[in-house]
Amino acid sequence: MTPGLNHYLVVSALLFCLGLFGVLARRNLIVIYMCLELMLNAANLALVAFSRFNANLNGQVMVFFIITVAAAEVAVGLALIVALYRKRQTAHVEDLTSLRF
Amino acid sequence: MDHSAAPLAVTSSHAQDLAWVVLLFPLVSALSITFGLRRSRTLTNTMALSAVVTGFFLSVALFLGFGFGPGVNADALPWLSIPGLNIHLGLKVDSLSTLMLMVVTGISSLVHLYSTQYMDEDQDYPRYFAALGLFTFAMLGIVLSDNLVQTFIFWELVGVTSYLLVGFWYEKPAAADAAKKAFLTNRIGDFGFILGIVIVWAATGTVQFDELAQKLHADPKVLGNMASLAGVLIFLGAMGKSAQVPLHVWLPDAMEGPTPVSALIHAATMVAAGVYMLCRVFFLLDLPAAWPDALSFLSPFSALGIIAWVGGITSLLAGLIAIQQDDIKRILAYSTLSQLGYMIMAVGCAGPDAAMFHLTTHACFKALLFLGAGSVIVGCHHEQNIWKMGGLWKRMPTTAICFAIGTAALCGVPVVTAGFYSKDAIFAAALADGRHMLFGIGILVAGLTTLYMARLFLVAFLGTPRSEQAEHAHESPWRMTLPLTILAFPSVALGWLPIGGFLKHRFFPEVAVHYPDSLTEILFEPFNHSPLGAVLGLGMIIFGAFAAVMLYWSAAQDPLPDRVPGISRALSRRLYFDQVYEAVFIPLHDAVAALADWFDRWIVQGFIVRGASGGVELFGRGLRLVQTGNLQTYAFFFVAGVALVVLLALN
Repeated sequence: MTPGLNHYLVVSALLFCLGLFGVLARRNLIVIYMCLELMLNAANLALVAFSRFNANLNGQVMVFFIITVAAAEVAVGLALIVALYRKRQTAHVEDLTSLRF
Repeated sequence: MDHSAAPLAVTSSHAQDLAWVVLLFPLVSALSITFGLRRSRTLTNTMALSAVVTGFFLSVALFLGFGFGPGVNADALPWLSIPGLNIHLGLKVDSLSTLMLMVVTGISSLVHLYSTQYMDEDQDYPRYFAALGLFTFAMLGIVLSDNLVQTFIFWELVGVTSYLLVGFWYEKPAAADAAKKAFLTNRIGDFGFILGIVIVWAATGTVQFDELAQKLHADPKVLGNMASLAGVLIFLGAMGKSAQVPLHVWLPDAMEGPTPVSALIHAATMVAAGVYMLCRVFFLLDLPAAWPDALSFLSPFSALGIIAWVGGITSLLAGLIAIQQDDIKRILAYSTLSQLGYMIMAVGCAGPDAAMFHLTTHACFKALLFLGAGSVIVGCHHEQNIWKMGGLWKRMPTTAICFAIGTAALCGVPVVTAGFYSKDAIFAAALADGRHMLFGIGILVAGLTTLYMARLFLVAFLGTPRSEQAEHAHESPWRMTLPLTILAFPSVALGWLPIGGFLKHRFFPEVAVHYPDSLTEILFEPFNHSPLGAVLGLGMIIFGAFAAVMLYWSAAQDPLPDRVPGISRALSRRLYFDQVYEAVFIPLHDAVAALADWFDRWIVQGFIVRGASGGVELFGRGLRLVQTGNLQTYAFFFVAGVALVVLLALN
């Protein structure tokens, strides 16, 4: 049995849910960040699969954009986390609640 | 308005624009005095005087050029233009406005000259002349206005300048209070005036005099059942400014201002503005009685009927009160009220020509009397009580002669004074209109006028001095006596000019006017024209003079308080108008103010303002609880939100 579009989409959905769970449940900022990347890649996977099965390159073009944006985002986001860590000596979300009322 | 095409020389088609120059000169003078010339007395003098004197000569030119035609409009400036309402600042140059222009600028010139001497020792000399210039500007604005809204604007400006000038010596509490009283009393009248303007505009869609006259000419019922109400409301404005009962209380108090101001504003011009305005909108008033249903109990009265009666009552009450006043300026103030009552009564008796005629002559002789009173006051070292004067005839001959001429003119001595002709025109108008009661009141007031003026003259000028100040009285310098002398001439001769007929032709073009042609006919015209009024008036003058001589010839003090104590006390306390107002309206006003204060404090401020801000704040406090500060809570809400949107989108 060769894998069809649905198989790819299921894998993509699973990856997305894993990422979402990580974002909501994990406490370390770095891990949350990696989970975010996982969600992005789940989307990428779905796009590539659509592109392949619909014989349309638009999806792959979109993927390149997403990878570029994700790279830029990582550069900024990790820098922020490092700066935050230097200031507060922690990367745990429970300790970062200064915006509360 | 395209001036680029106009040649430099004033062409006939633009000559009426000179009216703008007449109007704006006093304003320029006031501004330049305020912003610079005040450093020098000579410059202040020169600027103020030259502005009004130039204005006077231009006014004469305008009168000769346009007074005899149908009237023209000067170039107008658009001011407000919204659908349904177009207002521009325009000037109307016709017989009525140019005549009034000459009166205002002429009297104003003489008062300016007089003031240069009278106010000489005052510290605030420039402020006085700036205010006087501003007043002249505002007054000319009323005179030249070609629509109701512009009239109202200048009407208010005149009120403000009157406030400034009455309260000129504001460090004196009486002057400050009088200024406030004048301003507030006028507000009541002005409120009615603006309501009247709104009614007229709502019914006709225009506020311009020419257009209104056209619309009323095309359809006399255009105002519907609001006709009389609109007329009476507009008259309310005149009641305030021309000080008619019951809004007259401010005028006697306004005598706290400098005497030249009393002469110019509170005798000759501003108080006459009400009469002038009524003449200007006479076509609006001269309509059959038509009241809205809620006011149908007023239906027997037309607007003119009400106007006539208010005028008649004012002239009678003021004439009575004047008999028992002791302050020379207050006697003249009540006399002014009485004469204004005459003019208003004349308008009400469908005689705007008689009203304007009397306005013109009255402006001359009442300004003369007030300036004479000022001269007396200065001569007697600021004594105003006539019972502390006496024997001034010998000490101040020029003032005394001029004052005598003014007195004769005010009483209406036949043939030799202007007052005789104009007063007789009013009697004739009352008779011709069939208002015999008012005619009787008018004749009676003529007697009262002679009585109180003869009393004033006998006590102040004849007999022997009753005080130290009168003993050492001295004649005033030439800058004060010259205006008196100049004013004495029109007070005598103005009646010989056919002003009455000229105005009659303007108001009632269809009536044939007979101009007397021989000298005897001119001099005795009233005896031909309305013999009853002239003869009865003459009888009352003789009677009044006789009574005054009997009572006051070399009297040491007023005999009336002993003979008729009750009446005398009521009259000297001015028929208790002020006391009644104090007892009724002031507590009422205080109660309304307290209620408004309570409403503002508790309803507006407490409930509405605090309520709104409190509600928002409470909501905000509630919303703050959502902000946990936990990153992942936000992420969860975000995801939940996306899920909700997706769910909705899929459905």
